[in-house]
Amino acid sequence: MTGSSAPAEISVRFENISKSFGHVHVLKDVSASVPRGMTTCIIGPSGSGKSTLLRCTNLLERPERGKIFIEGNDITAPGVDIDKLRVRVGMVFQHFHLFSHLSVIENVALALQKVRKLPKDEAEARAAVQIAAIGLKGFEHRRSSDLSGGQQQRVAIARALAMEPHVMLFDEATSALDPELVKGVLAIMRDLAFAGMTMLVVTHEMRFAREVAGQVIFMDHGQIVETGAPAQMFDAPQTPRLKYFLEQVL
Amino acid sequence: MFEGLRRIGETFFDPQIIAGVMPQLLTVGLPNTLLLSVIATIIGIALGLVIATGLLATQRPVRFFCRGYVDLLRGLPHILTVYLIGQGLPLAGLSIFGKSTYAYAAFSIGLIESAYMAEIFRAGFQGVERGQVEAARTLGMTRWQAMLFVILPQGIRRVLPPLTGQFILVIKGTALVFLLGLTASQRDIFSIAQDNSINNANLSSLTAAGLLYLALTVPMTYAVAAWGRRMQRGSQRGKVAA
Ligand SMILES: Nc1ncnc2c1ncn2[C@@H]1O[C@H](COP(=O)(O)OP(=O)(O)O)[C@@H](O)[C@H]1O
Ligand SMILES: [Mg+2]
Repeated sequence: MTGSSAPAEISVRFENISKSFGHVHVLKDVSASVPRGMTTCIIGPSGSGKSTLLRCTNLLERPERGKIFIEGNDITAPGVDIDKLRVRVGMVFQHFHLFSHLSVIENVALALQKVRKLPKDEAEARAAVQIAAIGLKGFEHRRSSDLSGGQQQRVAIARALAMEPHVMLFDEATSALDPELVKGVLAIMRDLAFAGMTMLVVTHEMRFAREVAGQVIFMDHGQIVETGAPAQMFDAPQTPRLKYFLEQVL
Repeated sequence: MFEGLRRIGETFFDPQIIAGVMPQLLTVGLPNTLLLSVIATIIGIALGLVIATGLLATQRPVRFFCRGYVDLLRGLPHILTVYLIGQGLPLAGLSIFGKSTYAYAAFSIGLIESAYMAEIFRAGFQGVERGQVEAARTLGMTRWQAMLFVILPQGIRRVLPPLTGQFILVIKGTALVFLLGLTASQRDIFSIAQDNSINNANLSSLTAAGLLYLALTVPMTYAVAAWGRRMQRGSQRGKVAA
């Protein structure tokens, strides 16, 4: 987004990733780079492998072949400490997955205490800051199930950000929300992008992708069909498949 | 026909024998039965938790071993297991509890319970949404931390009603310890009633024991059922809200 002329540092690199579930070949030799400090949006029809690629990035799924580098380190190499790696990579899910037995502030503070080993009061102080930052001051002690979907998703974002990740993954973060709640979540994601967070965002919000993304990746049938700057992708798609997809969704 | 009824009354419902054995049942048998049940349940829960974790492990050999453990202990008649462990361990020179028959009794019933409890815990943990665990792992928690801080607290709510149901079965199951030959003061409800019935050549003391078991188990059964219904309503409300 900054338009600096220096070659962008690569934050995440996928090298010839393949993944199948049983007989279904979900990712076929996928290679891509996610530049640092920039938002990369992944678009494509449902079932094209977008979630699976995202979930490979923090090894929620393990690719059968290929390598994934995060900040230069091969995370698919044997003996890599997955848990350490995951602290650097935050993830936000379509269905929030807030811990249902915990309050809002406990949701945000839990990993700070158990993973970062902060004392409880310090963890909760940091959590309170994150909760205020996503506009939910005063909701700290509510049960997560008492919040609207939009509020829950904002808490999920705060929970991920509290760990101070270098990269944020979003898997259709607004797809499960009522239309009137989408804007609030997208606004937080936009602020985060403009603040220089490295983000990999699977989304159906084409306006968001066009406005916020520095790079757009179009996937279909487990392959990356086309990659480029948003203006080029949306205004001058090169492949018939992307053209067809955009006609369907725009 | 009247003669038959009279004989049944005499054999099973002799009021004098029932009144005679009741004090001993209440002061010795009841505490022992409850104590055995509680100890066996504690052993069962502790071991059951470990086995349940093993049933859900990613390593195949671990899963395989734990599955075998559960199948074995649930597949054998309990009377056989109590006998084999309670009599067998000391015979085999594995006198881990010294000469305390009571301890072998509690241990053998605890082992049996652990197999049932493992299945209860496994079902409870599996009922916790996969996404909850993924969220925990994504934040850098280890498998073990996710288990301890996310699955366990959520799973506990689901397993409390079936665990209590299992406790009712344990109360009845402790009757098997008569096999191991307890000293007079260690005897549970059933052992006392059995000894008494042999001495009097009359089964009324067993009827008395039966009444006592019923007084324990029937109210608990209804309480568990009501509890389970309330939990179900609660979780449905939760789903609608979410
Ligand atoms: N855990 C899984 N087990 C079996 N098949 C799966 C699993 N996850 C995804 N798939 C299959 O992989 C394909 C791609 O899924 P996904 O990555 O979720 O696509 P997208 O996010 O683009 O909709 C789909 O056909 C889906 O059914
Ligand atoms: Mg998806």
